[in-house]
Amino acid sequence: MLPAENIILIGGSAGSYNLILSCIESLPSVFSAAIIIVIHRNPKFITKIEETLTVRLKRSVLTARDKAIILPNNIYFATAGYHLLIEPNKTFCLDQSEPVQFSRPSIDVLFESAADAYTDKCTAILLSGANRDGTDGLQHVYHMGGEIYIQSPAEALMSTMPESAIAGNQNAKIWKNEQIISFFQKLK
Amino acid sequence: MAKLNTSYITFEELEEVVTLLKNISDFDLRGYTKSSLKRRIQRILDLQGMDIVDLKNAITNIDGFQNFLMNEVTVNVTEMFRDPQYFAMLRQEVFPYLATYPRLKIWSAGCSTGQEVYSLAILLEESNLYERSFIYGTDINNQVIETAKKGIYPVKKLKLYSENYHATNAPHSLADYYTAMYENAIFNQKIRNNILFSQHNLATDSAFNEFQLISCRNVLIYFDIELQKKVFDLFYESLSEFGFLCLGAKESLSHHNIMSKFKIINKEFNIYQKIK
Ligand SMILES: C[S@@+](CC[C@H](N)C(=O)[O-])C[C@H]1O[C@@H](n2cnc3c(N)ncnc32)[C@H](O)[C@@H]1O
Repeated sequence: MLPAENIILIGGSAGSYNLILSCIESLPSVFSAAIIIVIHRNPKFITKIEETLTVRLKRSVLTARDKAIILPNNIYFATAGYHLLIEPNKTFCLDQSEPVQFSRPSIDVLFESAADAYTDKCTAILLSGANRDGTDGLQHVYHMGGEIYIQSPAEALMSTMPESAIAGNQNAKIWKNEQIISFFQKLK
Repeated sequence: MAKLNTSYITFEELEEVVTLLKNISDFDLRGYTKSSLKRRIQRILDLQGMDIVDLKNAITNIDGFQNFLMNEVTVNVTEMFRDPQYFAMLRQEVFPYLATYPRLKIWSAGCSTGQEVYSLAILLEESNLYERSFIYGTDINNQVIETAKKGIYPVKKLKLYSENYHATNAPHSLADYYTAMYENAIFNQKIRNNILFSQHNLATDSAFNEFQLISCRNVLIYFDIELQKKVFDLFYESLSEFGFLCLGAKESLSHHNIMSKFKIINKEFNIYQKIK
């Protein structure tokens, strides 16, 4: 199977889980992009987000596996304890180098490597969180020609992450929760 | 800190560095995953305040820089009894089989600073197998090999190591195996007796012995599929009949053709046995 031609990235930390859930719940059953999500989680708590969502949404929600080809119409989560990167040949790559912004997986790391691999075929959305992960990553996505969106800090449960991202990314569009959800609803 | 995106190196520049290194040194980074390698090189440039031209100059002209670069490029994080359940599984499922051999040779490939090797030694000792065992610990990085040889670790790390050790359902206390001196814990001679650490490059060096068990954990994620294949061939060649191959939590043999010559012993912990 050929890799997905477009990817949509979601980066979220504290306070982002429910919105991510609403986003993927509102997805149509078929869409052409691959959706790749980094949410900071503690490797000590083996939270089975993927399994829970697979049951709840009656569609498979995957863990991004090392060396796997990124396929269209799939939803992937970054595994806890490893950085998730994207290779130029559109496969996943895991790495356990130092945490970035105290985080591993780090949103910056995914966004930067995804932008390198997918250039203008990459859309990145940054949500609620209590640190500044994602700010540099969004810059690079934009720099490589991709589109960048940030959750409105007014609606974010934790506004630090979106605020930092807005300060570092004048060109980002700021979205309300309903705009974010409707973006996923309308995916084709 | 936010940096200007224009300071990021490109894949073309990365390729130039890899080619240069390949041409003038023993280090061959061609099979490493590009996205990860690019970040490692970028990090070195940032830390050293170099640009790509400086880097190429240093590789060519500065004595010892190639080694320094390799030491910095590799990711060396490790701990004792990393993934305790994996070690518990070894003890339960694999060691009874190993006990049928009169002599055991074990290879920890990509052993970093040695914690995995000392963990294996302790585990073997507790199964009454250590006396007949010899463990080879190898790594491409000569600096971590020096640390491994010393067998000295900061005491503050021992808390985590002890927790891991206990989580393997261990019968003793980890403190039975080391002596604490000031800030450091030194592993006892008894545990260090049957171990040899040396430099070995999985990408370019060949087989050097035959083993009943090869442990190569958290190394192959840094390699692309082709290099993985090459390394699996090397491991296959280096395993005795019915020898075991143990990989890291995120590393699997199952998408490789060579899987047909192995049997899965434990799927979750990626333990395989050579059957053909
Ligand atoms: C993350 S450490 C794994 C340590 C230990 N096996 C563990 O699981 O905790 C990966 C090690 O692989 C080594 N390595 C990388 N490339 C290598 C190569 N071509 N040959 C041998 N070792 C290599 C690195 O130097 C590093 O020490």
